[in-house]
Amino acid sequence: MARILPLKEAVQEFVRDGDTVALEGFTHLIPFAAGHEIIRQERRNLTLVRMTPDVIYDQMIGAGCAAKLVFSWGGNPGVGSLHRLRDAVENGWPRPLALDEHEHAGMAARYAAGASHLPFGVLRGYLGTDLPTHNSNVKFIDCPFTGERLAAVPAIRPDVTIIHAQKADRRGNVLMWGVVGVQKEAVMAAARSVVVVEEIVDDLHAPPNSAVLPSWVVGAVCCVEGGAFPSYAQGYYSRNNAFYKGWDRISRERESFQAWMDRHVIGTADFEGFMKSLERHA
Amino acid sequence: MPEQTAYTADEMMTVAAARMVRNGVACFVGIGLPSAAANLARLTHALDTVLIYESGTIGTKPAVLPLSIGDGELSETADTVVSMVEIFSYWLQGGRIGLGFLGAAQIDRFANINSTVIGDYSSPAVRLPGAGGAPGIAASCGEVLITLRQNKRAFVEKLDFVTSGGYLEGGDSRERMRFPGKGPTAVITDLGILTPDPATKELVLTSVHPGVSVESVISATGWPLKVAPSVETTHAPTEDELAVLRDLQERTARAHSGQA
Repeated sequence: MARILPLKEAVQEFVRDGDTVALEGFTHLIPFAAGHEIIRQERRNLTLVRMTPDVIYDQMIGAGCAAKLVFSWGGNPGVGSLHRLRDAVENGWPRPLALDEHEHAGMAARYAAGASHLPFGVLRGYLGTDLPTHNSNVKFIDCPFTGERLAAVPAIRPDVTIIHAQKADRRGNVLMWGVVGVQKEAVMAAARSVVVVEEIVDDLHAPPNSAVLPSWVVGAVCCVEGGAFPSYAQGYYSRNNAFYKGWDRISRERESFQAWMDRHVIGTADFEGFMKSLERHA
Repeated sequence: MPEQTAYTADEMMTVAAARMVRNGVACFVGIGLPSAAANLARLTHALDTVLIYESGTIGTKPAVLPLSIGDGELSETADTVVSMVEIFSYWLQGGRIGLGFLGAAQIDRFANINSTVIGDYSSPAVRLPGAGGAPGIAASCGEVLITLRQNKRAFVEKLDFVTSGGYLEGGDSRERMRFPGKGPTAVITDLGILTPDPATKELVLTSVHPGVSVESVISATGWPLKVAPSVETTHAPTEDELAVLRDLQERTARAHSGQA
Protein backbone atom coordinates (compact mmCIF):
# COMPACT_ATOMS: atom_id res chain seq x y z
CA MET A 1 0.00 0.00 0.00
CA ALA A 2 1.24 3.49 -0.81
CA ARG A 3 1.91 5.73 2.14
CA ILE A 4 0.77 9.32 1.90
CA LEU A 5 3.81 11.40 2.81
CA PRO A 6 5.03 14.98 2.58
CA LEU A 7 7.27 15.28 -0.51
CA LYS A 8 10.31 16.24 1.57
CA GLU A 9 10.07 13.01 3.58
CA ALA A 10 9.42 10.89 0.50
CA VAL A 11 12.57 12.21 -1.22
CA GLN A 12 14.59 11.72 1.99
CA GLU A 13 13.49 8.12 2.23
CA PHE A 14 13.22 7.05 -1.41
CA VAL A 15 16.09 8.80 -3.24
CA ARG A 16 19.68 7.94 -2.34
CA ASP A 17 23.04 9.12 -3.63
CA GLY A 18 24.15 7.03 -6.60
CA ASP A 19 20.63 5.87 -7.46
CA THR A 20 19.25 5.38 -10.93
CA VAL A 21 16.32 7.78 -10.88
CA ALA A 22 13.60 8.23 -13.48
CA LEU A 23 11.43 11.37 -13.31
CA GLU A 24 9.05 10.69 -16.17
CA GLY A 25 6.25 12.66 -17.79
CA PHE A 26 6.32 13.38 -21.53
CA THR A 27 5.94 17.18 -21.73
CA HIS A 28 2.84 16.75 -19.54
CA LEU A 29 2.88 16.06 -15.75
CA ILE A 30 6.62 16.61 -15.29
CA PRO A 31 7.47 16.22 -11.58
CA PHE A 32 9.17 19.59 -11.08
CA ALA A 33 8.38 19.77 -7.36
CA ALA A 34 10.10 16.42 -6.79
CA GLY A 35 13.11 17.42 -8.89
CA HIS A 36 13.50 20.60 -6.87
CA GLU A 37 13.35 18.64 -3.64
CA ILE A 38 16.15 16.34 -4.89
CA ILE A 39 18.20 19.47 -5.63
CA ARG A 40 17.49 20.92 -2.16
CA GLN A 41 18.51 17.68 -0.50
CA GLU A 42 21.75 17.68 -2.53
CA ARG A 43 21.53 14.17 -3.92
CA ARG A 44 24.67 13.34 -5.91
CA ASN A 45 26.00 10.84 -8.49
CA LEU A 46 22.55 10.08 -9.79
CA THR A 47 21.94 8.29 -13.07
CA LEU A 48 19.05 10.34 -14.42
CA VAL A 49 16.68 8.57 -16.81
CA ARG A 50 14.12 10.43 -18.91
CA MET A 51 13.07 10.25 -22.55
CA THR A 52 13.07 14.06 -22.74
CA PRO A 53 15.29 15.61 -20.03
CA ASP A 54 13.38 18.93 -20.28
CA VAL A 55 14.02 21.90 -18.00
CA ILE A 56 13.80 19.77 -14.84
CA TYR A 57 16.90 17.73 -15.72
CA ASP A 58 18.62 20.87 -17.00
CA GLN A 59 18.19 22.22 -13.45
CA MET A 60 19.30 18.98 -11.78
CA ILE A 61 22.35 18.61 -14.05
CA GLY A 62 23.34 22.25 -13.53
CA ALA A 63 22.92 21.80 -9.77
CA GLY A 64 25.41 18.91 -9.83
CA CYS A 65 23.04 16.00 -9.03
CA ALA A 66 23.83 13.87 -12.08
CA ALA A 67 26.73 11.64 -13.14
CA LYS A 68 24.96 10.05 -16.09
CA LEU A 69 22.00 10.76 -18.34
CA VAL A 70 19.89 8.10 -20.07
CA PHE A 71 17.71 9.82 -22.67
CA SER A 72 16.46 10.15 -26.23
CA TRP A 73 15.84 13.88 -26.80
CA GLY A 74 17.56 16.60 -24.78
CA GLY A 75 16.22 19.98 -25.83
CA ASN A 76 13.99 22.76 -24.53
CA PRO A 77 10.87 21.85 -26.54
CA GLY A 78 10.09 24.46 -29.19
CA VAL A 79 12.76 26.80 -27.81
CA GLY A 80 16.18 25.25 -28.46
CA SER A 81 19.02 23.97 -26.31
CA LEU A 82 19.10 22.91 -22.70
CA HIS A 83 22.13 25.04 -21.86
CA ARG A 84 23.05 23.31 -18.61
CA LEU A 85 22.92 19.90 -20.29
CA ARG A 86 25.08 21.27 -23.08
CA ASP A 87 27.57 22.82 -20.67
CA ALA A 88 27.93 19.47 -18.88
CA VAL A 89 28.44 17.54 -22.14
CA GLU A 90 30.58 20.12 -23.93
CA ASN A 91 32.62 21.42 -20.97
CA GLY A 92 32.11 19.02 -18.08
CA TRP A 93 30.47 21.71 -15.89
CA PRO A 94 29.66 21.41 -13.04
CA ARG A 95 30.91 17.84 -13.58
CA PRO A 96 31.24 15.50 -16.53
CA LEU A 97 28.07 13.77 -17.64
CA ALA A 98 28.13 10.27 -19.18
CA LEU A 99 25.48 9.67 -21.85
CA ASP A 100 23.42 6.59 -22.66
CA GLU A 101 21.60 7.94 -25.69
CA HIS A 102 18.73 6.39 -27.64
CA GLU A 103 15.82 7.06 -29.95
CA HIS A 104 12.36 7.41 -28.38
CA ALA A 105 11.15 4.00 -29.58
CA GLY A 106 14.18 2.41 -27.92
CA MET A 107 13.58 4.15 -24.59
CA ALA A 108 9.92 3.09 -24.67
CA ALA A 109 11.01 -0.50 -25.36
CA ARG A 110 13.53 -0.32 -22.50
CA TYR A 111 10.87 0.80 -20.01
CA ALA A 112 8.38 -1.80 -21.26
CA ALA A 113 11.03 -4.50 -20.79
CA GLY A 114 11.76 -3.20 -17.29
CA ALA A 115 8.08 -3.26 -16.36
CA SER A 116 7.79 -6.78 -17.81
CA HIS A 117 10.89 -7.92 -15.91
CA LEU A 118 12.51 -9.01 -19.16
CA PRO A 119 16.25 -8.51 -19.71
CA PHE A 120 15.84 -6.50 -22.91
CA GLY A 121 13.40 -4.90 -25.28
CA VAL A 122 13.29 -5.65 -28.99
CA LEU A 123 12.28 -3.34 -31.81
CA ARG A 124 12.73 -2.64 -35.48
CA GLY A 125 14.79 0.39 -34.63
CA TYR A 126 18.15 2.20 -34.78
CA LEU A 127 18.14 1.62 -38.56
CA GLY A 128 20.62 3.79 -40.41
CA THR A 129 21.55 5.85 -37.35
CA ASP A 130 25.02 6.26 -35.83
CA LEU A 131 23.65 5.80 -32.29
CA PRO A 132 24.74 2.11 -31.98
CA THR A 133 28.31 3.09 -32.92
CA HIS A 134 28.51 5.23 -29.80
CA ASN A 135 26.36 3.24 -27.40
CA SER A 136 27.07 -0.33 -26.31
CA ASN A 137 23.49 -0.44 -24.95
CA VAL A 138 22.23 -0.93 -28.50
CA LYS A 139 22.85 -4.36 -30.04
CA PHE A 140 21.39 -6.27 -32.96
CA ILE A 141 19.97 -9.76 -32.86
CA ASP A 142 18.47 -12.12 -35.41
CA CYS A 143 14.84 -13.06 -34.95
CA PRO A 144 14.79 -16.81 -34.12
CA PHE A 145 11.66 -17.28 -36.26
CA THR A 146 12.18 -15.13 -39.36
CA GLY A 147 15.88 -14.28 -39.24
CA GLU A 148 15.08 -10.55 -39.40
CA ARG A 149 17.74 -8.35 -37.84
CA LEU A 150 16.27 -6.42 -34.93
CA ALA A 151 17.58 -3.99 -32.34
CA ALA A 152 17.87 -5.06 -28.70
CA VAL A 153 18.13 -2.61 -25.81
CA PRO A 154 18.55 -3.49 -22.12
CA ALA A 155 15.64 -3.10 -19.71
CA ILE A 156 15.52 0.03 -17.55
CA ARG A 157 15.00 -0.87 -13.90
CA PRO A 158 15.24 2.40 -11.95
CA ASP A 159 15.99 2.31 -8.24
CA VAL A 160 13.27 4.89 -7.97
CA THR A 161 10.74 6.37 -10.37
CA ILE A 162 8.94 9.61 -9.60
CA ILE A 163 5.96 10.77 -11.62
CA HIS A 164 3.29 13.44 -11.29
CA ALA A 165 -0.41 12.61 -11.74
CA GLN A 166 -3.72 14.41 -11.46
CA LYS A 167 -5.15 12.76 -8.35
CA ALA A 168 -5.04 9.99 -5.79
CA ASP A 169 -7.59 8.70 -3.34
CA ARG A 170 -6.94 8.41 0.40
CA ARG A 171 -5.74 4.83 0.02
CA GLY A 172 -3.11 5.93 -2.49
CA ASN A 173 -4.68 4.73 -5.76
CA VAL A 174 -3.50 7.08 -8.52
CA LEU A 175 -5.40 8.35 -11.57
CA MET A 176 -3.91 10.17 -14.55
CA TRP A 177 -5.12 11.13 -18.01
CA GLY A 178 -4.10 13.04 -21.12
CA VAL A 179 -0.56 12.51 -22.42
CA VAL A 180 0.50 9.59 -20.23
CA GLY A 181 3.89 8.99 -21.85
CA VAL A 182 5.79 6.15 -20.17
CA GLN A 183 4.73 7.02 -16.61
CA LYS A 184 3.04 3.70 -15.99
CA GLU A 185 5.90 1.63 -17.39
CA ALA A 186 8.45 3.70 -15.45
CA VAL A 187 6.64 3.04 -12.16
CA MET A 188 6.14 -0.65 -12.89
CA ALA A 189 9.84 -1.01 -13.83
CA ALA A 190 11.15 0.60 -10.64
CA ALA A 191 12.14 -0.90 -7.31
CA ARG A 192 10.60 2.09 -5.50
CA SER A 193 8.17 4.75 -6.64
CA VAL A 194 6.78 8.10 -5.63
CA VAL A 195 3.73 9.74 -7.22
CA VAL A 196 3.11 13.45 -6.69
CA VAL A 197 -0.51 14.47 -7.27
CA GLU A 198 -2.50 17.67 -7.65
CA GLU A 199 -5.10 16.59 -5.10
CA ILE A 200 -6.16 13.74 -2.85
CA VAL A 201 -9.86 12.91 -3.07
CA ASP A 202 -12.32 10.52 -1.47
CA ASP A 203 -13.22 8.82 -4.74
CA LEU A 204 -11.33 8.80 -8.06
CA HIS A 205 -14.53 8.23 -10.08
CA ALA A 206 -12.33 6.40 -12.59
CA PRO A 207 -14.18 4.69 -15.45
CA PRO A 208 -12.98 1.19 -16.37
CA ASN A 209 -9.76 1.19 -18.44
CA SER A 210 -8.62 4.48 -16.95
CA ALA A 211 -4.91 4.93 -16.35
CA VAL A 212 -4.95 3.93 -12.70
CA LEU A 213 -1.93 2.83 -10.70
CA PRO A 214 -3.31 0.79 -7.80
CA SER A 215 -2.01 1.78 -4.39
CA TRP A 216 -0.11 -1.47 -3.92
CA VAL A 217 2.32 -0.78 -6.82
CA VAL A 218 3.12 2.72 -5.56
CA GLY A 219 5.52 3.45 -2.69
CA ALA A 220 4.47 6.93 -1.64
CA VAL A 221 1.90 9.49 -2.70
CA CYS A 222 2.61 13.19 -2.06
CA CYS A 223 0.19 16.03 -2.65
CA VAL A 224 1.74 19.17 -4.16
CA GLU A 225 -0.79 21.39 -5.87
CA GLY A 226 0.74 22.92 -9.02
CA GLY A 227 3.82 20.72 -8.63
CA ALA A 228 4.18 20.06 -12.36
CA PHE A 229 4.66 23.78 -13.17
CA PRO A 230 5.95 24.98 -15.64
CA SER A 231 4.76 21.84 -17.43
CA TYR A 232 1.06 21.18 -17.08
CA ALA A 233 -1.58 19.00 -15.51
CA GLN A 234 -4.48 18.54 -17.88
CA GLY A 235 -7.72 19.59 -16.27
CA TYR A 236 -5.84 21.73 -13.71
CA TYR A 237 -3.52 24.19 -15.46
CA SER A 238 -1.84 24.74 -18.85
CA ARG A 239 1.78 24.48 -19.85
CA ASN A 240 3.53 27.75 -19.13
CA ASN A 241 5.17 28.22 -22.51
CA ALA A 242 6.42 31.68 -21.52
CA PHE A 243 8.44 30.10 -18.69
CA TYR A 244 10.04 27.63 -21.12
CA LYS A 245 10.97 30.52 -23.41
CA GLY A 246 12.31 32.52 -20.46
CA TRP A 247 14.42 29.57 -19.28
CA ASP A 248 16.63 30.01 -22.34
CA ARG A 249 17.88 33.34 -21.02
CA ILE A 250 18.15 32.28 -17.36
CA SER A 251 20.07 29.09 -18.12
CA ARG A 252 22.41 30.37 -20.83
CA GLU A 253 25.15 31.50 -18.44
CA ARG A 254 26.37 29.67 -15.33
CA GLU A 255 26.11 32.79 -13.17
CA SER A 256 22.52 33.65 -14.07
CA PHE A 257 21.53 30.01 -13.66
CA GLN A 258 23.12 29.74 -10.22
CA ALA A 259 21.63 33.01 -9.03
CA TRP A 260 18.18 31.88 -10.17
CA MET A 261 18.52 28.45 -8.54
CA ASP A 262 19.85 29.96 -5.29
CA ARG A 263 17.02 32.43 -5.12
CA HIS A 264 14.06 30.35 -6.19
CA VAL A 265 14.88 26.68 -5.50
CA ILE A 266 17.75 26.23 -3.04
CA GLY A 267 16.73 29.33 -1.09
CA THR A 268 13.11 28.24 -0.65
CA ALA A 269 11.74 25.57 1.69
CA ASP A 270 9.33 23.85 -0.67
CA PHE A 271 7.39 24.17 -3.91
CA GLU A 272 4.95 26.66 -2.46
CA GLY A 273 7.92 28.81 -1.46
CA PHE A 274 9.33 28.43 -4.98
CA MET A 275 6.09 29.64 -6.58
CA LYS A 276 5.86 32.59 -4.20
CA SER A 277 9.47 33.48 -4.88
CA LEU A 278 8.79 33.50 -8.63
CA GLU A 279 5.79 35.76 -8.08
CA ARG A 280 7.77 38.16 -5.88
CA HIS A 281 10.48 38.52 -8.49
CA ALA A 282 8.22 38.56 -11.55
CA MET B 1 9.04 39.37 -60.74
CA PRO B 2 5.30 39.57 -61.27
CA GLU B 3 3.26 41.74 -58.96
CA GLN B 4 2.02 39.80 -55.93
CA THR B 5 1.42 39.95 -52.22
CA ALA B 6 4.72 40.25 -50.38
CA TYR B 7 5.74 37.20 -48.41
CA THR B 8 8.87 35.94 -46.67
CA ALA B 9 11.12 33.07 -47.69
CA ASP B 10 10.00 31.18 -44.58
CA GLU B 11 6.36 31.60 -45.56
CA MET B 12 7.14 30.28 -49.05
CA MET B 13 8.88 27.27 -47.48
CA THR B 14 5.97 26.49 -45.18
CA VAL B 15 3.40 26.85 -47.96
CA ALA B 16 5.43 24.70 -50.38
CA ALA B 17 5.84 22.03 -47.69
CA ALA B 18 2.15 22.12 -46.78
CA ARG B 19 1.13 21.53 -50.41
CA MET B 20 2.93 18.18 -50.36
CA VAL B 21 0.68 16.76 -47.64
CA ARG B 22 -1.97 14.65 -49.35
CA ASN B 23 -5.48 14.90 -47.95
CA GLY B 24 -6.37 11.94 -45.77
CA VAL B 25 -2.84 10.79 -45.05
CA ALA B 26 -1.83 9.89 -41.49
CA CYS B 27 1.09 12.23 -40.82
CA PHE B 28 3.63 11.90 -38.00
CA VAL B 29 4.63 15.51 -37.34
CA GLY B 30 7.88 16.90 -35.98
CA ILE B 31 7.82 20.11 -33.96
CA GLY B 32 8.71 23.50 -35.49
CA LEU B 33 8.67 23.99 -39.27
CA PRO B 34 7.03 20.59 -39.99
CA SER B 35 4.28 21.30 -37.48
CA ALA B 36 3.50 24.67 -39.08
CA ALA B 37 3.38 23.12 -42.55
CA ALA B 38 1.28 20.11 -41.54
CA ASN B 39 -1.26 22.30 -39.76
CA LEU B 40 -1.40 24.72 -42.70
CA ALA B 41 -2.19 21.71 -44.91
CA ARG B 42 -4.95 20.62 -42.54
CA LEU B 43 -6.42 24.15 -42.58
CA THR B 44 -6.30 24.51 -46.39
CA HIS B 45 -6.44 21.60 -48.86
CA ALA B 46 -5.93 18.56 -46.61
CA LEU B 47 -8.87 18.81 -44.23
CA ASP B 48 -8.96 15.09 -43.46
CA THR B 49 -5.27 14.69 -42.73
CA VAL B 50 -4.67 12.80 -39.49
CA LEU B 51 -1.98 14.63 -37.54
CA ILE B 52 -0.02 12.52 -35.08
CA TYR B 53 2.56 13.89 -32.64
CA GLU B 54 5.00 11.67 -30.80
CA SER B 55 3.39 12.53 -27.46
CA GLY B 56 0.82 9.90 -28.47
CA THR B 57 -1.79 12.39 -29.66
CA ILE B 58 -3.55 10.92 -32.70
CA GLY B 59 -5.88 12.90 -34.98
CA THR B 60 -5.13 16.14 -33.21
CA LYS B 61 -6.61 19.43 -34.48
CA PRO B 62 -4.81 22.24 -32.64
CA ALA B 63 -6.19 25.78 -33.05
CA VAL B 64 -2.71 27.16 -32.31
CA LEU B 65 0.68 25.61 -33.10
CA PRO B 66 2.07 23.71 -30.11
CA LEU B 67 5.36 24.97 -28.64
CA SER B 68 6.19 21.50 -27.37
CA ILE B 69 5.33 18.14 -28.86
CA GLY B 70 2.90 17.47 -26.02
CA ASP B 71 1.07 20.74 -25.36
CA GLY B 72 -2.39 20.37 -23.79
CA GLU B 73 -3.87 21.76 -27.00
CA LEU B 74 -2.80 18.57 -28.78
CA SER B 75 -4.37 16.09 -26.38
CA GLU B 76 -7.56 18.14 -25.90
CA THR B 77 -8.24 18.14 -29.63
CA ALA B 78 -7.08 14.58 -30.39
CA ASP B 79 -9.23 11.64 -31.46
CA THR B 80 -7.29 9.53 -28.97
CA VAL B 81 -4.20 9.79 -26.81
CA VAL B 82 -2.03 6.72 -26.38
CA SER B 83 1.06 5.86 -24.35
CA MET B 84 4.64 6.16 -25.57
CA VAL B 85 5.00 2.40 -25.89
CA GLU B 86 1.81 2.21 -27.95
CA ILE B 87 2.55 5.10 -30.32
CA PHE B 88 5.97 3.76 -31.26
CA SER B 89 5.02 0.06 -31.30
CA TYR B 90 1.49 -0.29 -32.66
CA TRP B 91 1.25 2.85 -34.72
CA LEU B 92 4.72 3.71 -36.06
CA GLN B 93 6.42 0.30 -36.11
CA GLY B 94 3.04 -1.24 -36.92
CA GLY B 95 3.12 0.50 -40.29
CA ARG B 96 0.01 2.64 -39.77
CA ILE B 97 1.57 5.99 -40.67
CA GLY B 98 1.84 7.06 -44.30
CA LEU B 99 3.87 10.23 -43.98
CA GLY B 100 6.61 11.42 -41.64
CA PHE B 101 7.40 15.13 -41.54
CA LEU B 102 10.80 16.03 -40.13
CA GLY B 103 13.07 19.01 -39.59
CA ALA B 104 16.84 18.78 -39.13
CA ALA B 105 19.93 20.73 -38.16
CA GLN B 106 21.97 19.26 -41.02
CA ILE B 107 21.31 17.19 -44.13
CA ASP B 108 23.54 15.50 -46.72
CA ARG B 109 23.08 14.76 -50.42
CA PHE B 110 21.31 11.46 -49.68
CA ALA B 111 18.84 13.12 -47.27
CA ASN B 112 20.40 11.61 -44.16
CA ILE B 113 19.93 14.03 -41.28
CA ASN B 114 21.84 15.06 -38.19
CA SER B 115 20.23 16.46 -35.07
CA THR B 116 22.72 15.04 -32.54
CA VAL B 117 26.12 16.78 -32.52
CA ILE B 118 28.34 19.14 -34.47
CA GLY B 119 31.88 17.85 -34.14
CA ASP B 120 33.03 14.69 -32.43
CA TYR B 121 30.38 12.73 -30.49
CA SER B 122 32.45 12.32 -27.34
CA SER B 123 33.65 15.94 -27.25
CA PRO B 124 31.22 17.87 -29.41
CA ALA B 125 31.61 21.49 -30.48
CA VAL B 126 27.82 21.78 -30.24
CA ARG B 127 25.59 19.31 -28.49
CA LEU B 128 22.20 19.27 -30.26
CA PRO B 129 19.04 17.76 -28.70
CA GLY B 130 19.42 14.35 -30.32
CA ALA B 131 17.20 11.81 -32.01
CA GLY B 132 13.80 11.87 -30.33
CA GLY B 133 11.44 9.88 -32.48
CA ALA B 134 13.11 10.85 -35.75
CA PRO B 135 15.07 7.66 -36.57
CA GLY B 136 11.89 5.59 -36.25
CA ILE B 137 9.85 8.09 -38.22
CA ALA B 138 12.50 8.19 -40.97
CA ALA B 139 12.65 4.40 -41.09
CA SER B 140 9.02 3.35 -40.71
CA CYS B 141 6.65 5.93 -42.20
CA GLY B 142 5.49 5.18 -45.74
CA GLU B 143 7.37 8.22 -46.97
CA VAL B 144 9.12 11.22 -45.43
CA LEU B 145 9.19 14.95 -46.09
CA ILE B 146 12.01 17.06 -44.68
CA THR B 147 11.90 20.82 -44.30
CA LEU B 148 14.73 23.11 -43.22
CA ARG B 149 16.39 26.37 -44.22
CA GLN B 150 19.08 26.02 -46.87
CA ASN B 151 22.63 27.24 -46.28
CA LYS B 152 26.13 25.76 -46.24
CA ARG B 153 26.08 25.07 -42.51
CA ALA B 154 22.95 22.96 -42.89
CA PHE B 155 23.53 21.35 -46.30
CA VAL B 156 26.87 19.66 -45.74
CA GLU B 157 29.23 17.40 -47.67
CA LYS B 158 29.51 15.02 -44.71
CA LEU B 159 27.40 14.78 -41.57
CA ASP B 160 29.23 14.67 -38.25
CA PHE B 161 26.61 12.20 -37.05
CA VAL B 162 23.81 10.39 -38.86
CA THR B 163 20.79 10.66 -36.55
CA SER B 164 18.16 9.46 -39.00
CA GLY B 165 18.69 7.56 -42.20
CA GLY B 166 17.54 8.83 -45.58
CA TYR B 167 19.12 7.00 -48.50
CA LEU B 168 22.34 6.22 -46.56
CA GLU B 169 25.11 5.84 -49.20
CA GLY B 170 22.64 6.26 -52.07
CA GLY B 171 21.58 3.78 -54.76
CA ASP B 172 19.92 0.72 -53.23
CA SER B 173 21.65 1.01 -49.83
CA ARG B 174 18.39 1.86 -48.04
CA GLU B 175 16.60 -1.10 -49.60
CA ARG B 176 19.44 -3.42 -48.63
CA MET B 177 19.05 -2.33 -44.99
CA ARG B 178 15.35 -3.31 -45.29
CA PHE B 179 13.84 -0.12 -43.94
CA PRO B 180 10.06 -0.54 -43.82
CA GLY B 181 9.34 2.88 -45.40
CA LYS B 182 10.53 4.12 -48.78
CA GLY B 183 12.33 7.20 -47.46
CA PRO B 184 12.41 10.96 -48.10
CA THR B 185 10.48 11.99 -51.20
CA ALA B 186 11.19 15.73 -50.99
CA VAL B 187 13.25 18.28 -49.13
CA ILE B 188 11.53 21.65 -48.96
CA THR B 189 13.70 24.66 -48.13
CA ASP B 190 13.38 28.43 -48.10
CA LEU B 191 15.00 28.48 -51.55
CA GLY B 192 13.42 25.60 -53.41
CA ILE B 193 12.51 21.92 -53.54
CA LEU B 194 14.90 18.99 -53.87
CA THR B 195 13.84 15.46 -54.76
CA PRO B 196 15.88 12.25 -54.88
CA ASP B 197 17.07 10.91 -58.24
CA PRO B 198 15.16 7.64 -58.83
CA ALA B 199 18.35 5.60 -59.33
CA THR B 200 21.19 7.25 -57.43
CA LYS B 201 18.90 8.69 -54.69
CA GLU B 202 20.99 11.86 -54.66
CA LEU B 203 18.98 15.04 -54.03
CA VAL B 204 18.34 17.05 -57.19
CA LEU B 205 17.10 20.63 -57.33
CA THR B 206 13.76 20.39 -59.12
CA SER B 207 12.07 23.65 -58.20
CA VAL B 208 13.18 27.12 -57.12
CA HIS B 209 10.91 29.52 -55.31
CA PRO B 210 9.97 32.74 -57.18
CA GLY B 211 12.85 35.19 -57.34
CA VAL B 212 15.48 32.60 -56.34
CA SER B 213 18.18 31.75 -58.89
CA VAL B 214 19.53 28.24 -59.41
CA GLU B 215 23.03 29.64 -58.78
CA SER B 216 22.05 30.96 -55.37
CA VAL B 217 20.72 27.52 -54.36
CA ILE B 218 23.95 25.90 -55.57
CA SER B 219 26.01 28.34 -53.53
CA ALA B 220 23.88 27.66 -50.42
CA THR B 221 24.70 23.95 -50.67
CA GLY B 222 27.83 22.35 -49.23
CA TRP B 223 28.20 19.77 -52.00
CA PRO B 224 28.10 20.14 -55.82
CA LEU B 225 24.31 20.23 -56.12
CA LYS B 226 22.73 18.34 -59.01
CA VAL B 227 20.17 20.39 -60.92
CA ALA B 228 17.25 18.98 -62.94
CA PRO B 229 17.39 19.58 -66.72
CA SER B 230 14.37 21.88 -66.45
CA VAL B 231 13.93 23.50 -63.06
CA GLU B 232 10.40 24.58 -62.26
CA THR B 233 9.42 27.72 -60.41
CA THR B 234 7.32 27.08 -57.33
CA HIS B 235 3.92 28.76 -57.42
CA ALA B 236 3.96 31.76 -55.09
CA PRO B 237 1.75 31.46 -52.02
CA THR B 238 -1.87 32.29 -52.77
CA GLU B 239 -3.61 34.98 -50.77
CA ASP B 240 -5.65 32.28 -49.07
CA GLU B 241 -2.58 30.24 -48.08
CA LEU B 242 -0.87 33.33 -46.70
CA ALA B 243 -3.95 34.51 -44.82
CA VAL B 244 -4.47 31.11 -43.16
CA LEU B 245 -0.77 30.77 -42.26
CA ARG B 246 -0.51 34.29 -40.82
CA ASP B 247 -3.70 33.87 -38.88
CA LEU B 248 -2.39 30.62 -37.41
CA GLN B 249 0.94 32.17 -36.47
CA GLU B 250 -0.70 35.23 -34.95
CA ARG B 251 -2.98 33.08 -32.79
CA THR B 252 0.04 31.00 -31.80
CA ALA B 253 2.15 34.00 -30.79
CA ARG B 254 -0.71 35.33 -28.67
CA ALA B 255 -1.23 31.98 -26.99
CA HIS B 256 2.46 31.49 -26.12
CA SER B 257 3.16 34.93 -24.74
CA GLY B 258 1.24 34.44 -21.46
CA GLN B 259 3.09 35.64 -18.38
CA ALA B 260 5.61 33.31 -16.75
